[in-house]
Amino acid sequence: MTSNSHADAHTLEANAGGHGHDDHGGAAHGSLKSYLIGFGLSVVLTAIPFWLVMTGTIADKAVTALIVLVLAAVQIVVHMVYFLHMNTRSENGWTMMAMIFTVVMVVIALTGSLWVMHHLNINMMPMHDMSQMP
Amino acid sequence: MSVATTQISVQGSEPVFHVIDEHDHPEGASTMLGFWIYLMSDCLIFAMLFATYGVLGGNYAAGPAPKDLFDLKLVALNTTMLLLSSITYGFAMLTMEKSKIGQTQLWLAITGLFGLAFLGIELTEFAHMIHEGATPQRSAFLSSFFTLVGTHGLHVTFGLVWLVTLMVQTARFGLTTANRRRLMCLSMFWHFLDVVWIGVFTFVYLLGMLR
Repeated sequence: MTSNSHADAHTLEANAGGHGHDDHGGAAHGSLKSYLIGFGLSVVLTAIPFWLVMTGTIADKAVTALIVLVLAAVQIVVHMVYFLHMNTRSENGWTMMAMIFTVVMVVIALTGSLWVMHHLNINMMPMHDMSQMP
Repeated sequence: MSVATTQISVQGSEPVFHVIDEHDHPEGASTMLGFWIYLMSDCLIFAMLFATYGVLGGNYAAGPAPKDLFDLKLVALNTTMLLLSSITYGFAMLTMEKSKIGQTQLWLAITGLFGLAFLGIELTEFAHMIHEGATPQRSAFLSSFFTLVGTHGLHVTFGLVWLVTLMVQTARFGLTTANRRRLMCLSMFWHFLDVVWIGVFTFVYLLGMLR
């Protein structure tokens, strides 16, 4: 059973990879084309948010902030795919599993911290006001 | 699995708790995955620092705010340096795969120079801020700012030390299997730092200016 699934993984890789390397389930490699596509995309995805904030083209700051955040998220994915060569096949999928686990942890930690501390701030406000009272 | 069960049934008296026909792993076969898991743990460190900045980033203690301190032109220049160093490292990897040692060394050197430029600009910015009295002790915003951006800068510094070490290694021993593996690890580290920088310039600098 183990050897069978191993053989399958190798055939899949040979079929799907098709860029002349013998990965053997190892880390994936990039090509000149993929590096240049990634670079081009990331230049555009960096230039747009800087331009938006520096010129203040969109008057509504909340809208600008949202666009900047979305572009950053897209750029992170671009870097992951084109520079770090993330895919579901390398190391038999374990890099992807490790990354999914990390993303879950990061989302819990970030949203949890910001959410809890934001509410703490709101709940502290009346106390703060009371201390001002005579 | 089936092998283990067979072993049990054949030997009968002594139970076997592991698959004994473990196929051999060549040296360094698990290095890339292990390094990737290290990067993920590093990612958690940065996530904590981002969370700290997210919580404390608005507490100026009547001190300077992002608008008074940050120069977006300088940050844009810095971002360009790091982005260019990412693509030049990519070229170093491509030439390494073709076993062109001279070109690989050249691209690595260019990558190092871009990294050095990034650090220089960042240190100039820090020096300017500290000169204006915006020190880490001034407010919670500045403490968390210097911790987050400083940790990233420290990573870049160690990346540069590693880069120089590997260039010396490659010059002395050539593109051996071990050196290729090390260069691939540094490649992941370097691109990972660029990914973290996307978070820094977005959350700290761009959203800071909008605040």
